[in-house]
Amino acid sequence: MTDSPQVKHHGSDMFEGYPVDTADTAGDQVVTNYTINFGPQHPAAHGVLRMVMELDGEIIERVDPHVGLLHRGTEKLIEYKTYLQALPYFDRLDYCSPLGMEHSYVLAIEKLLDLEVPARAQYLRTLFAELTRICNHMLNIGSHVMDVGAMTPNLWVFELREDCLNFFERASGARMHSAWFRPGGVHQDVPEKLLVDIGEWCETRLPKLFGDAMSLVIDNRIFKQRNVDIATVSKEDALAWGFSGPMIRGSGIPWDIRKSQPYDAYAAMEFDIPVGTRGDCYDRFMVRVQEVYQSARIIKQCLRDMPGGPIASLDRKVVPPKRGEMKQSMESLIHHFKLYTEGFHVPAGEVYVATESPKGEFGVYLVSDGTNKPYRCKIRPTAFSHLQAMDMMAKGHMLADTTAIIGAIDVVFGECDR
Amino acid sequence: MASPAPLIAPREGIGAALKKLLGDDLIDHVFAVGEDSVTVRRDAIAGVMISLRDNLGYQQLMEIAGVDYPDRAERFEVVYHLLSVTKNHRLRVRVCTDEATPVPSIVPVWPVAGWLEREVFDMYGVLFAGNPDLRRILTDYGFQGHPQRKDFPLTGYTELRYSEEDKRVVYEPVKLAQDFRSFDFLSPWEGADYVLPGDEKAGGTGEAPGKGAPTPMTAQQVKKADDEAAKKAPPSTPKTTEKTAQTGAGAKTNLKAAKPSRDGAKTTTAAKAKTPATKKAEKAPAKAKAPAKPRAPRKPKGGDA
Repeated sequence: MTDSPQVKHHGSDMFEGYPVDTADTAGDQVVTNYTINFGPQHPAAHGVLRMVMELDGEIIERVDPHVGLLHRGTEKLIEYKTYLQALPYFDRLDYCSPLGMEHSYVLAIEKLLDLEVPARAQYLRTLFAELTRICNHMLNIGSHVMDVGAMTPNLWVFELREDCLNFFERASGARMHSAWFRPGGVHQDVPEKLLVDIGEWCETRLPKLFGDAMSLVIDNRIFKQRNVDIATVSKEDALAWGFSGPMIRGSGIPWDIRKSQPYDAYAAMEFDIPVGTRGDCYDRFMVRVQEVYQSARIIKQCLRDMPGGPIASLDRKVVPPKRGEMKQSMESLIHHFKLYTEGFHVPAGEVYVATESPKGEFGVYLVSDGTNKPYRCKIRPTAFSHLQAMDMMAKGHMLADTTAIIGAIDVVFGECDR
Repeated sequence: MASPAPLIAPREGIGAALKKLLGDDLIDHVFAVGEDSVTVRRDAIAGVMISLRDNLGYQQLMEIAGVDYPDRAERFEVVYHLLSVTKNHRLRVRVCTDEATPVPSIVPVWPVAGWLEREVFDMYGVLFAGNPDLRRILTDYGFQGHPQRKDFPLTGYTELRYSEEDKRVVYEPVKLAQDFRSFDFLSPWEGADYVLPGDEKAGGTGEAPGKGAPTPMTAQQVKKADDEAAKKAPPSTPKTTEKTAQTGAGAKTNLKAAKPSRDGAKTTTAAKAKTPATKKAEKAPAKAKAPAKPRAPRKPKGGDA
């Protein structure tokens, strides 16, 4: 058994080389390593993470994360659904950034189909992907500061998260599981007033409320004591452990898929990539804080340049016609029926499409055999690689630092366990 | 590329570089849908990964995916996705294996491979020789079987529930209140791999089974077809069949068509089926001498659309 306690004497390594008597005398404490179970039900575990930790006093010697407690067999289910029916599963992976998950999937389908997407749809998707990023970071930043002891900022940034969810509701009808990105575009157009409101929100409420909340945290002595120099990850380690997103940028590597492999309308956007200098939990946190401002910048550019036109491809062999059109035209009725029963066929082939989800590189490896259902849909979660490095990051730290480390990883188990 | 998927520029001379670097270990190199994928020899995978990382600059291993093709002799594919952050390029590396033959582990090359290999082992039962910790990862403690295999049923074999009597979670064989319904929406007239009810005597159509509807044309093909259609000049006069002579049936048939039918009605006044509007239009010149009878007001009909 790996987690059996090891007996270790106080004196043996402390006074190595010195002629000391290591035999037990009266009053000496025999300290042994012991194993504790962190989670699966723990408020700081951000879901259902179970960690078997071997501790020497309060120092972590070894961490063995057990994942899979939220495994729902999403990849297996997708193989039994048509391409469109499989889309809502993606909302339920990372339920804190649902549209970011959909994004990779629809882009993968479009790449296999070689399908053109109208400019307005691309801008709408970019806009809402960034809104999702803000929404996700609000949750993560809030819970991270709460995990290390601050209560107020969490309540304030949750206000902003609520605003984002309301925007999603106004666009798609659902607050969280939108299923709004579709192969070929988006499901339905947004009301003009919504775009105006998002623009106003980015100008006024977001910078004010978020700035206020962050002014309580980023220079706070206690917050810094809990995060600076905790779980420092070098550039080399970040590459070797497959880090991505704010985790790799926190380690100082300016890698952002939106910039280097632009998709949708990102090529036309102007934004900066914040990077950390030391690679600790504080850097990862600050990268996320800066990303919120960059996302707001992208949103403003999207709103400024948003073109008119169709919101989804007009290729009726992939994108079903709207219901109103279906009632008027026989042709539309046939397409509607066929696309919602049989679905569209995707040419045989395979693609790996990764986008910059709020948590990092979220990839979809899609294998098609030419039918209406995916032959294989492998989802590359972000948290899986990050959580694996937990042992490397937490070793030698105090037990209380685990919450800061998990908070800075930004792990959501819907996505990690699939 | 027309689709808005992440833009990755093809890497110049990657094919030659791979051939030179990997030599005999390289089985196949395909560039399709804008992505490079190579198939390599299974035994050489660890060495291949080291040379790809150190010589071609693929610093990151992003993903290991298993794929199951039950018809093949070596049914499993293990697909590694590499990323180069300096060259901004992705590469897919593939090896094939079966249930019994282990794939050399690449944990020494990338520590991140540890869990990724565990997942492939858990889902497909592919063995990785040299992985220091090849436990199951996503499935339940004590789970049996490999759920992502194509022959593993979607519903699984066991289900669990909390038992009030035993005061604990109990595992039982799956009992479905209703059969699992797998709808086959591939259109039946385009070649399903089963015989339609009532078609048993008809014999096969000779088509390959399970072909399904044709895959949609790509945007380029559609554009090409449009261009070709545009090149052809439209016919000078549209073809109509307003008179019997225009039916193209020949003089004999035209005569026959012009004759009154057996029930006495003339072909031109097969009025019963005609709408009131056309009736009126046709009758107007003929009935010029007769006093026009006022028409009865039209009764409203339901569902007139």
